[in-house]
Amino acid sequence: MAIQVLMPALSPTMTEGNLAKWHKKEGDTVSAGDVIAEIETDKATMEVEAVDEGILGKILVAEGSQGVKVNEVIAVLVGEGEKYEAGSASQKAQAAEQPKTVTAANVPDAKASAPKSLTLTPVAGNRPFASPLARRIAEQNNVDLSAIKGSGPNGRIVKADVENVKATGGKSSSAAKKSADTFSLLPDVELIPHTTMRKVIAKRLTEAKQQVPHFYLNMDIELDALLALRKQLNARDEKLKLSVNDFIIRACALALVEVPAANASWSDEGVHQYAWPDISVAVAIEGGLITPIIRAAHDKRLPTLSSEMKDLASRARAGKLKPEEFQGGTFSLSNLGMFGVKNFNAIINPPQGCILAVGAGEERPVVKNGSLAVATVMTATLSVDHRVVDGAVGAQFLGAFKKLLEDPLALVL
Amino acid sequence: MTSQAFDIIIIGGGPGGYVAAIRAAQLKMKVALVEREHLGGICLNWGCIPTKALLRSAEVMHLIKHADSFGLSVKDVSFDIKKVVERSRKVAKQLSGGIGHLLKKNKVTVFDGEAKLLGQGSLSVSKGGKVVETLTAPHIVLATGARARVLSGFEPDGKIVWSYKEAMVPETMPKSLIVVGSGAIGMEFASFYRTLGADVTVVEAVDRILSAEDEEISAFAHKSFEKQGMKIFTKTTLKALKKAANSATLTLEHNGKTQELNAERVIMAVGIVGNVENIGLENTKAKVEKSHIVVNQWLETDEKGLYAIGDVVSAPWLAHKASHEGIICVEKIAGLKDVHPMKTKLIPGCTYCHPQVASVGLSEAKAKAAGHEIKVGRFPFMGNGKAIALGEPEGFVKTIFDAKTGELLGAHMIGAEVTEMIQGYVVAMNLETTEVDLMHTIFPHPTLSEMMHESVLDAYGKVVHF
Repeated sequence: MAIQVLMPALSPTMTEGNLAKWHKKEGDTVSAGDVIAEIETDKATMEVEAVDEGILGKILVAEGSQGVKVNEVIAVLVGEGEKYEAGSASQKAQAAEQPKTVTAANVPDAKASAPKSLTLTPVAGNRPFASPLARRIAEQNNVDLSAIKGSGPNGRIVKADVENVKATGGKSSSAAKKSADTFSLLPDVELIPHTTMRKVIAKRLTEAKQQVPHFYLNMDIELDALLALRKQLNARDEKLKLSVNDFIIRACALALVEVPAANASWSDEGVHQYAWPDISVAVAIEGGLITPIIRAAHDKRLPTLSSEMKDLASRARAGKLKPEEFQGGTFSLSNLGMFGVKNFNAIINPPQGCILAVGAGEERPVVKNGSLAVATVMTATLSVDHRVVDGAVGAQFLGAFKKLLEDPLALVL
Repeated sequence: MTSQAFDIIIIGGGPGGYVAAIRAAQLKMKVALVEREHLGGICLNWGCIPTKALLRSAEVMHLIKHADSFGLSVKDVSFDIKKVVERSRKVAKQLSGGIGHLLKKNKVTVFDGEAKLLGQGSLSVSKGGKVVETLTAPHIVLATGARARVLSGFEPDGKIVWSYKEAMVPETMPKSLIVVGSGAIGMEFASFYRTLGADVTVVEAVDRILSAEDEEISAFAHKSFEKQGMKIFTKTTLKALKKAANSATLTLEHNGKTQELNAERVIMAVGIVGNVENIGLENTKAKVEKSHIVVNQWLETDEKGLYAIGDVVSAPWLAHKASHEGIICVEKIAGLKDVHPMKTKLIPGCTYCHPQVASVGLSEAKAKAAGHEIKVGRFPFMGNGKAIALGEPEGFVKTIFDAKTGELLGAHMIGAEVTEMIQGYVVAMNLETTEVDLMHTIFPHPTLSEMMHESVLDAYGKVVHF
């Protein structure tokens, strides 16, 4: 009997994803547990494992397809000696009615949340929610329904919405023409389609910058004592290889324990005050960035923290993070020191209340006891959501952070 | 005297007011409703409902008279007009009691008396000319309804010249009757009295009866009523009225010629006027035009916090329109997000004469006038199996589509049970279906509703059964 393989939901919020790669070809035998495809979600690439065994009868969604809706039938498994029959409409409908027969959602980490989202997610595919009349008028006038916001019940696109677009349609097409003209004055241009990650970055950061009242505090921190300590520690154990960033993460965590008011986020109902710090650490990856999380970072000694960070970063770069490894976090850290950046102001990662931007440690002239000296100094800049954290609290946090780094023995305790 | 504060006060307990009150209560508002006479308003007590009870008696009478054609023998058919009226009153009373129960269940506080706006969100309630309560609320909804229009010189006296109210509770059956006005109200009474055997003449000023309907429907109804023995004078106006002890003589003018017409009773059904007097409108900024209160699409008057719904605002003056306005008004006040203004074109109209008439949307003439290139479909009752089996072969279903977009612009029906069928088209139009969706819809066999399908098919040259 044919078994539908449906687009899995890898996280509760996932509604669509890209089908990055097929690992099996049509006609291949599939056993339970085999990786059959890779799905690219907001921030990670996940492997889809087969639960049932059979022969991959038909691939319905091609490799590289973007915006594949959760629960869409992506392939059909058939039994030995069976052939895929193209009566797929009824098969699709059946799949839509019985989301519980889903097979491919057996990605281990999605298990807990998947059943819920599977039953809740509509299986309407890419069909815009529009009345038949709106659809026809749109078709007759070459109006793109997907670009229209519906004004009918539950956002349904109705005749009036299409007619409004028709009425202003002249304008928008002339705008498109104008931008085409603008491009004609530029060198040859290549349109790179947005990846899901690019869309998410654009959406979240635009929201953050527009809606979160940011302010910025910065402080210079001398690193000589820390660098000496790091050298000593790394010399004791060759495998240890503690990075400056590991110390910074730990200092962040301990400073947040000291100033818990900075470990908080805004919501309309009230301020969420977190019991401990889960630190999101920005990692640059191909095509964007991702923030894997060191959970309960205050509880992790440097060696543990360091190896966990290395593991997360390498899996992040490979696109193999599990959703719960990058979703959440109470405070973000972004370090561009390795690129020689002196200091920068980061955009808050909502709903978190703060993000700490760390620049390069470099030798700078400093004045000590009235005379000029040389010290290794880095500038840390805290971006703060003023709705949650006021200037004094932000300053307290930065002060605690500075003290920990400048008197680094506390970090190894 | 006490003063009580509410979140919202509704003035008038008709189908606009009581529905608004219940919806407001559902939305957690503290609601007061002021009613001077009966809960349920005209609709329930002196309109829609009791007339349907009367017309049902007439319909049964009609069937019995035609028993022979069904193979049944019934002898000595007669009726007692008092009992017919009694049944009608009982139906009204039962339903009015039901409204009281619904309001109580929803914790709406009902005040018995006449409300008068005092301005600034307060009003007084008077009983027998004495102020008994003062109520305040940030939102006050006027749902005071309407009453029959009175033509000067032709005022109903309740004995010889009737308004709808007397026409509904006749003590004796008139032998002859003149109905002035051929709208829904006029034609329903004309049909009722004709079916029970009165000699009925309908007088209409414009060139056709049921002039709000599509021309073809008017013409079909005209023929049908004449076949039943009704006399109909169109393009005819009233010149004078002379009353005798038990009859009246109307002087009519038609094409410049006058004619006298005598009958035992005259029913005046020449439209309605809004109840805008004695409710304190002068204490507000609300505007009145041609006896109706002016409101915007959210039923707001020019006075902040004052709203008006139903018959006291603009046409069509129908109970279901009033109820729907009540809901829009209250949901907007409550700040609900998915509230949409009334789609006036999609308010269906039903007339319960024999044959019944039902319609929604544009007539053929109005569709053309609006600049639509149209496709028209028709299907006769004669071609429908169920209609023949019921012994109701008279009538047709007409549909009007925009030729370009396939939008269903209007539907017009005349014949048995069409008032129960029209909402199929209303749903279709509200959901913006095209002819394709209607063609793909499966209509059960054997039903009268199959004609709705066939009419659509006919508009596109695909009719099967005719």
